[in-house]
Amino acid sequence: MLKYIFHRIIYSLPVLFGVLLVTFVLARSVPGDPCKSILGEKATADVCARFLHEKGLDRSIAEQFVIYLNDLAHGNFGESIRFHRPITQILVERLPLTVELGFTALILACLIGIPLGMISALKHNSAADIATMVGANVGVSMPVFWLGLMLAYVFALLLKDTPFWLPPSGRLSAGLSSMPFYEVWGWYDKGDAPKLLQFVSNLYIFNAFITGDWQLMRDAIKHLILPSVALSTIPMAVIARMTRSSMLQVTQMDYVRTARAKGLHERVVIFRHIFRNALLPLVTVIGLQFGVIFSGAILTETIFSLAGVGRSLYEAITARDYPIIQGFTVVIAIGYIVLNLLVDLSYGFLDPRIRIE
Amino acid sequence: MTAVKRLFRQHSGIAGMIILGVLVLTAVFAPIIAPYGPNEVLIGKENIRKRAKPCIHLLGCPADQPQHLAGVDGNVRDEFSRLVYGSRISIFIGFVTIGFAIITGTFLGTIAGYVGGTTSNIIMRTLDVVLAFPFLLLAIAIVAILGPGLVNAMMAIAIVNIPTYARVIRASVLSVREEEYITAALSIGAGHRRILLQHVLPNAFPPLIVLATLGIGTAILETAGLSFLGLGSQPPDPEWGAMLASERNQVFSAPHLVFLPGLAIMLTVLGFNLLGDGLRDALDPRLRL
Repeated sequence: MLKYIFHRIIYSLPVLFGVLLVTFVLARSVPGDPCKSILGEKATADVCARFLHEKGLDRSIAEQFVIYLNDLAHGNFGESIRFHRPITQILVERLPLTVELGFTALILACLIGIPLGMISALKHNSAADIATMVGANVGVSMPVFWLGLMLAYVFALLLKDTPFWLPPSGRLSAGLSSMPFYEVWGWYDKGDAPKLLQFVSNLYIFNAFITGDWQLMRDAIKHLILPSVALSTIPMAVIARMTRSSMLQVTQMDYVRTARAKGLHERVVIFRHIFRNALLPLVTVIGLQFGVIFSGAILTETIFSLAGVGRSLYEAITARDYPIIQGFTVVIAIGYIVLNLLVDLSYGFLDPRIRIE
Repeated sequence: MTAVKRLFRQHSGIAGMIILGVLVLTAVFAPIIAPYGPNEVLIGKENIRKRAKPCIHLLGCPADQPQHLAGVDGNVRDEFSRLVYGSRISIFIGFVTIGFAIITGTFLGTIAGYVGGTTSNIIMRTLDVVLAFPFLLLAIAIVAILGPGLVNAMMAIAIVNIPTYARVIRASVLSVREEEYITAALSIGAGHRRILLQHVLPNAFPPLIVLATLGIGTAILETAGLSFLGLGSQPPDPEWGAMLASERNQVFSAPHLVFLPGLAIMLTVLGFNLLGDGLRDALDPRLRL
């Protein structure tokens, strides 16, 4: 098993190197002068030369790439040109939001998509099946940004002054702020905590949960509902379809008939014999949804005014903030590769026939 | 039963064809259907304020007011006319983007599958790198380099879609390559080009047709996303994603200007998805989901 993980990591390295190279080249190819776009049109040639020298942008592209790789190997993602702050710090502040949003959306997609797909497969060609499949088709056809705006319109405006009202933007209501658990418990003062703890504390819902701040937790969840529902529709539809087709295939197997013939309880047949065997293609499809979710996060964060990684990347690209573009993309690509690795490894657990050498 | 006959027996295929039929007719007859030009500003021509709600005479709107089926946008243009003309752009986006992705993907996939070895490895690993990026992120980066605009956005979406087609074609080519009729063709002295064009590609195409139909919908959706971010179609083009984006801050005061372009995108994408489902069932029942 360890050998397999090691092989997979080695195999991922060329792709990772390719990602680094492509990101670096793409970031450098964005037209426009970083000096002018950061310091403004009035920056003189002298000021610009000093700026480019300071940031190492006056060296050759190859030299810059080697320096960049060296920095990365030392865990140094560089400093944002716009904010004059380390990329890791910005990541620690903004990645948790995207993780929280993406994770909630995926959970939601599974919690609703899988049961719907199961009902659809078990009641094949029934009204419930047709309704689910029509719904799934509509779901994959819906623009995320449109659904987000429509949800905001319905829940923030039409349902105003009702218990169903939900906030259309931001992470927390005005006046509320999240206090990191390490400050509450007196471990560290603000800003002194290790990056990992800061990262965890910026997962607002989790932070509020462990510190027992129920009011804040409720508020954070309320703010997360609309964006995560908007983000979950496409994965939900895909998961429902895949669950259905995968289960339909397994239902026709001889061992399912045997299981029923020997008088097993229908619930056991469904969960142990059908669903368990239908899981493999389903997990693959769920793994593929990470990319869909991240792409959707760029749009969702824009609509709901959330300062997450997706929104920041989009802004960095338009502002030519190379270090942010590079740093964020690398982290996302690594996350992607790791998640795909986890999906591959899960096959061995789900299906003992797949022996991993 | 032929594939076409089977397609006509699929409910989803028929529904998809009806939706797309209406869309194509709308695009073709846009100048007849639309009461105004897509970019015709009505200031000074009609006594109407910007972002006016829809006025439909049949639904009780006073007859002395000019009829605007979908209301008026922020620049006092007839929204319905813009939606009608927008169908042309959507069809153009879908076919051109996926056409480009298929041609490039087929070329790369065929070479990778047929030649094999180092060439295949280089091509497939390069495509793996493209797949390692979330598609919208890469598309945004490409548009940032090429500059915002509809054609560049389409190019970006086409590029991020290439790996999918290349992989499918490569897999098909790999399996077809081992068939006996290829050995037979080789033994009678057929050249590589003839084998590729006459034997390998036609047999590798059916899965591609299904994928392409589904891909057109996705491409329209993705390009609309780029337009929504301001990177695709530029004003005053009546592109649905851009129309929606320009009014998104007015969603609370003029929801129809956000709702209708989004609905148009959704129906179009739905049409292609339904047709793709129907085609898949008709062409290759084994793939049936």
